[in-house]
Amino acid sequence: MSGDLRVEIETALAHFCLKCHFDARPEVVVLFGASGAGKSSVLECIAGFRTPERGEIALGERILFSSAQGVDIPAHRRRVGYLSQQSALFPHLSVRENVEYGLLDQPRAERELRVEAILERFKIASLARRRPAAISGGEQQRVALARTLVCESEVLLLDEPLSALDEALKSLLLETIFDWQRERAVPMLYVTHEQSEAYLLSRRVLVLEAGKVIADGAPREVFNTPVRREQASLAGYENIFDAVLEALHPEMGTMTCRLGGSGLLMEAPVANRLAGEAVCLAMRAGDILVATERPSGISARNIVPGRVEVIEDRAGMVELRVLCGAGAATAFVVHITRGAREALDLHHGKSVWLIIKTHSIQFLRG
Amino acid sequence: MISPVFLSLKLALVTSALLFVLGMPLAWWLASTRFRFRFLVEAVVALPIVLPPTVLGFYLLLVLGSRGALGAMWQRFTGHTFAFSFEGLVLGSVIYSLPFAVQPFTSALASVDRRLLAASASLGAAPWRTFWRITFPLALPGIVTGIALSFAHTLGEFGVVLMLGGNIPGRTQTASIAIYDNVQMLEYTAAAHQSLVLLGISLALLIGIHALNRKRNWRMQ
Repeated sequence: MSGDLRVEIETALAHFCLKCHFDARPEVVVLFGASGAGKSSVLECIAGFRTPERGEIALGERILFSSAQGVDIPAHRRRVGYLSQQSALFPHLSVRENVEYGLLDQPRAERELRVEAILERFKIASLARRRPAAISGGEQQRVALARTLVCESEVLLLDEPLSALDEALKSLLLETIFDWQRERAVPMLYVTHEQSEAYLLSRRVLVLEAGKVIADGAPREVFNTPVRREQASLAGYENIFDAVLEALHPEMGTMTCRLGGSGLLMEAPVANRLAGEAVCLAMRAGDILVATERPSGISARNIVPGRVEVIEDRAGMVELRVLCGAGAATAFVVHITRGAREALDLHHGKSVWLIIKTHSIQFLRG
Repeated sequence: MISPVFLSLKLALVTSALLFVLGMPLAWWLASTRFRFRFLVEAVVALPIVLPPTVLGFYLLLVLGSRGALGAMWQRFTGHTFAFSFEGLVLGSVIYSLPFAVQPFTSALASVDRRLLAASASLGAAPWRTFWRITFPLALPGIVTGIALSFAHTLGEFGVVLMLGGNIPGRTQTASIAIYDNVQMLEYTAAAHQSLVLLGISLALLIGIHALNRKRNWRMQ
């Protein structure tokens, strides 16, 4: 059982000043942000690998770092579990020796019991006598995770621990991590730049940008109602357009916006704004449908004709750039499956219709 | 009376043991310090590689001889001179072989991945435990290489020993000097025996190091 984690730190990094303040109860908190936003540096400060210039880090009653009181507990006495993307297994020790490394001060009987239990749980018992170099990358990361968790730390810091693994293994391990955290009830900070992981793991997301927390809330809130442009692009809104509010239709729950450049008219959910005001609209590439004929009898309010300009194969999907509006001045990014591309026989120059639900359009504050 | 080969082996053993004890802390400091003038210390450590052994031997003779400050003090405490004694040979050899121990030690310690040290600390290991359980075993091939090189280098040393030891049979006449003497006196058979012994020991040492490193690399892959 451990207390809340309190972090209030300030320190200069290469490109900006990290200035970060948050509390975490015994819960999973996802630290979300683009690479270079300072997520890893926050974890390094908490783990004791990096000394902040000012501030305080506390775990319940225990102060780990305080510039005011001149306290800086060394990393090995913080009882903070830390795991990074690189598994950092000790290459000269077997899997078992790696896992029991953090328990060397425990009585032998208890140590063996705990090591056995965790080897079973992570399904690595059969690898116990092998060396890290003799097992696969996924297995290495499982061993590293087991090695960190078996120590029963008072807080867990996981820095993109699963980013190198395939999807199937990733979701399996996420579940194990999640269960573990629930059983132990310790604060856990989980760094990722993937939304899917954030949704799966946590009820709370902190969005970090240039060393500052710019949003803090449930994943749905944080990702679905972006308040600022940078955050929207981070949160996976591939389409962000400047527009002017043309008319409000509160009775229908919509408003009409004219996109800058192409002059396309789009129906967005009504917001508390005035006609003539400049606004910003955001759409996810995966929320846009593509049709090769103009659809009829459909509830979607935005049906936009356009021409396929670029088709690119991406991991697991196809990305289209479709030019629309006057002078083909608005380019939509659309994600579809490979199957859809084949079924629709999409190619460069093909005429298509984009279908966008009113509620797939997010209204940004500026 | 001790044979020259035995004296050489004894000198090499004592020297490499001392270099391990003294060289490791120095190497540890060199591998981890952010001291601005570290390069100066490194240059001084490396000096014996380029300095003619006779020059080093000459300076040591000045300092350690009965008129030198250190030599005079030594003589007052022990009753005999530092120069022309086994102790003098040891001191000269330690300085002369210092880079052959410290440089491999330093690069071995510096090559240990910092992330492993951070992982060890986050698993609750104090710096001392991290050193003995992680740093030392991972740096071991380089450390063994340093010990073996300083051993072999001391075994083959000639100039410093001649200047500082004075070629006293049974006390400071090492194998390399005895070989030289034998050749001077046209005693080729004795010289050949001693040369063969030195060749065998040096070769066995180097083969041993390479075999050890090979076995280790194979186990870690």
